[in-house]
Amino acid sequence: MSESIRSHTFSNGLVLVAEPMAGLESAAFTFLVPVGCVCDPADRGGLSSFTCEMALRGAGPRDSHQFVLDLDNLGVERGESVFDSHTSFSGATVAENMPRALAIVTDVLRRPHLPADQLEAGRQMMLQEWRAVADEPSQRAMIELRRRHYPKPWGRPSQGELEVIESVDIDEIRRHFAGMYRPNGTILGVAGRFDWEQLKDTVAGLIDDWQPNQTPEIVEQAGGSRLEHFPHDSNQTQIAVAYPSVPYGHDDYFRAWGSVGVLSGGMSCRFFTEIRERRGLCYSVGATYHSLRHRGGVFCHAGTSADRAQETLDVMLAELARLPQGIEEHELDRLKARIKSSLVMQGESSSARSSAVARDWYHLGHARTLEELGRLVDELTRSAINDYVAAHPPGDYTIVTLGPHPLEVDGGVS
Amino acid sequence: MEFRKATLDNGLEVVAECNDLAHSAAVGFFVQTGSRDESSDTAGVSHFLEHMLFKGTPRRTADDVNREFDEMGAHYNAFTSEENTVFYAAVLPEFVDRVVELLGDIMRPSLRQADFETEKQVIIEEIRMYEDQPPFGADDKCKAACFGDHPLAQSVLGTVGSIEALSVDAMRGYFQRRYSPGNVVLAASGRIDFDALVDRVQRCCGPWESGPTGRIVEPVVAQHGFHILNKEAAAQQYTIGLTTGPSATDDDRFPAKLAATILGDDSGSRFYWELIDPGLAEHASLGHYDYEGCGMYITYLSCDPPHAADNLQRIFDIYRQVETDGVTPAELAQAKSKITSRVVLSGERPRGRLFAVGSDWTQRRQYRSVRDDLDTVASVTPEQIAAVLARHPLSRGTTVTVGPLVEVAEPS
Repeated sequence: MSESIRSHTFSNGLVLVAEPMAGLESAAFTFLVPVGCVCDPADRGGLSSFTCEMALRGAGPRDSHQFVLDLDNLGVERGESVFDSHTSFSGATVAENMPRALAIVTDVLRRPHLPADQLEAGRQMMLQEWRAVADEPSQRAMIELRRRHYPKPWGRPSQGELEVIESVDIDEIRRHFAGMYRPNGTILGVAGRFDWEQLKDTVAGLIDDWQPNQTPEIVEQAGGSRLEHFPHDSNQTQIAVAYPSVPYGHDDYFRAWGSVGVLSGGMSCRFFTEIRERRGLCYSVGATYHSLRHRGGVFCHAGTSADRAQETLDVMLAELARLPQGIEEHELDRLKARIKSSLVMQGESSSARSSAVARDWYHLGHARTLEELGRLVDELTRSAINDYVAAHPPGDYTIVTLGPHPLEVDGGVS
Repeated sequence: MEFRKATLDNGLEVVAECNDLAHSAAVGFFVQTGSRDESSDTAGVSHFLEHMLFKGTPRRTADDVNREFDEMGAHYNAFTSEENTVFYAAVLPEFVDRVVELLGDIMRPSLRQADFETEKQVIIEEIRMYEDQPPFGADDKCKAACFGDHPLAQSVLGTVGSIEALSVDAMRGYFQRRYSPGNVVLAASGRIDFDALVDRVQRCCGPWESGPTGRIVEPVVAQHGFHILNKEAAAQQYTIGLTTGPSATDDDRFPAKLAATILGDDSGSRFYWELIDPGLAEHASLGHYDYEGCGMYITYLSCDPPHAADNLQRIFDIYRQVETDGVTPAELAQAKSKITSRVVLSGERPRGRLFAVGSDWTQRRQYRSVRDDLDTVASVTPEQIAAVLARHPLSRGTTVTVGPLVEVAEPS
């Protein structure tokens, strides 16, 4: 369970935000470094991902072999991802090993070798991942949906563009690293078993002399076509629908989020009930909420046989159109129950909490405890959600389909 | 942390790892039935039946079932494997009694004809979804090629044809044969009041009539072969390798799992340095999975087509080398650190412990604490790993590759 959350902003701008969790043997950390897909130059999509890949190939006193070996020997479950705004470096292990793991990963952010003799290996790894995504129809559809829903450079795919991956050289990687990786804007989330004063001293020792760097300016441009079909030789058609919504930090966020929880989340939710249970139209259907700092979106997905795809899309759009008519009290009750248990279960995982407190800090400038989140959910009322969806009905859709045949929607063909 | 167990008069067993410090609880019905218990005219019925359990009982409609799980905020689902079908839910402690009653009720489903026909479409969609995704059905084809007519070779999902041909009466007959209380274990973990749990299970499952239990376990002989399937539109080449390994009751399963971690883990393993780090493959892994009477080693490789044959040769060479030279103490220590950390992290959540407690009991009638597992892992020696590799060589077995290539050189 969460106790009080502590935070400290170092003089170079790096923020440490940490939540002690009683009863756990583990500790976890998440670095959010402000280098995401949006930092890639307009025609160089994939540069941040390639830089992340190369940064892991040796840092500080360790070559790439020793880096992996030392983290493995500390039992660190680690992961790295590149998102729109950030590159995330995370790790979890038994609590006594966490400070050493943190030191090794901090070297990646500060002293990566970016070795020229491993550039081709890194490139091949990037190409392999790019091709693997090409074989996953639902993932492809969602990538193309995100790319079109958000104005550029938001919503770009983290795996980048083929021609960029093929042409990047080591100097470009090194310039990108030198220009982008910085302590100002970096957030380090920690959760689990630790001593706050010791943790703060450990982090200070690792980052105190890291010099701030300029924050790049993001210039938005219009996204792609809002209605698109990708021909694909498959049994099923992938249907992907998005509409705009408010970001996490917005006053209306929990109302908007609550309305999506009525559509998707449990097996009694509207999408599952109407599309799968009543009509047997598909196996996989759902909607998720996604938030950038300044805008958000609701992303819906279903995959179904080509001959049933039109009906599936029609039912999905009809359910979205029905939302402004309001939700029922019992739907809200179930939503609250589900969220309440999710919060308690999140409180059992140091990994989940370390990334949650870091993300909170990015969106809000502070981190919410599970108790605070619980109160915000308790305060949600049916009328508040209904007022919100009546004033902000789903619409302005972006629709992407991938499969043998395009589908019809009002105003066009996808 | 306390382990408790009880057996109802009809044979249903209740096991729990009770932890008063936990903030949530997890419960699951582990039914000892899966695709290996099907006949050719019921192929896919175990998995289809798993779906049908959520479609209502004499006292509840399908909507009631879904609504009630969601009213508790339960995190719930079900899955079917070759030999188990598991229905589980993680809830806050105050809902344990109610969720056990609900799970217990759906374990005696109505299996209504109309629901059966609607859900049949959902199952067919699930099969078609997997056919569109890597490895495009090559996993089922590899099992069939490796294990021949042994029941473990049967597909969990079945085929579109077998599902279309299945009747609701055939499903009802299968249910009668396989869902008898002696074939069912109710496992629980986290904040559990064990006496109250047994009392609830007695009330909802006590009236179930006893029936047949167990299964006939035939010895498995792995076939050796190399098969190429063409999927022209695929961007990558996908390869599955399958051979036998230590079974669920064989103590060799611990050295087998450590060997798989040393060779085929996603970080710092021999595959990682040979194939992933140099960018030769997108994914290369080795896993050990244990079943009643047989275990399986599964090799999985995803790479760009031009590298496929060379990568397969590299994997084959790694297997031959480890069979000859064994593993080093440093590799073993590294693998132990990784497994220890994973066991500790997953053990912090009742959901994580549920599957360990449930499968230890269904497979071995044994309770093993986190500490027991850590002690056993710590005790494994390089000599034990060498012995298990000698008994179950990785360089033999069946390989199926699928992708744009029409020719792939077999490793030698």
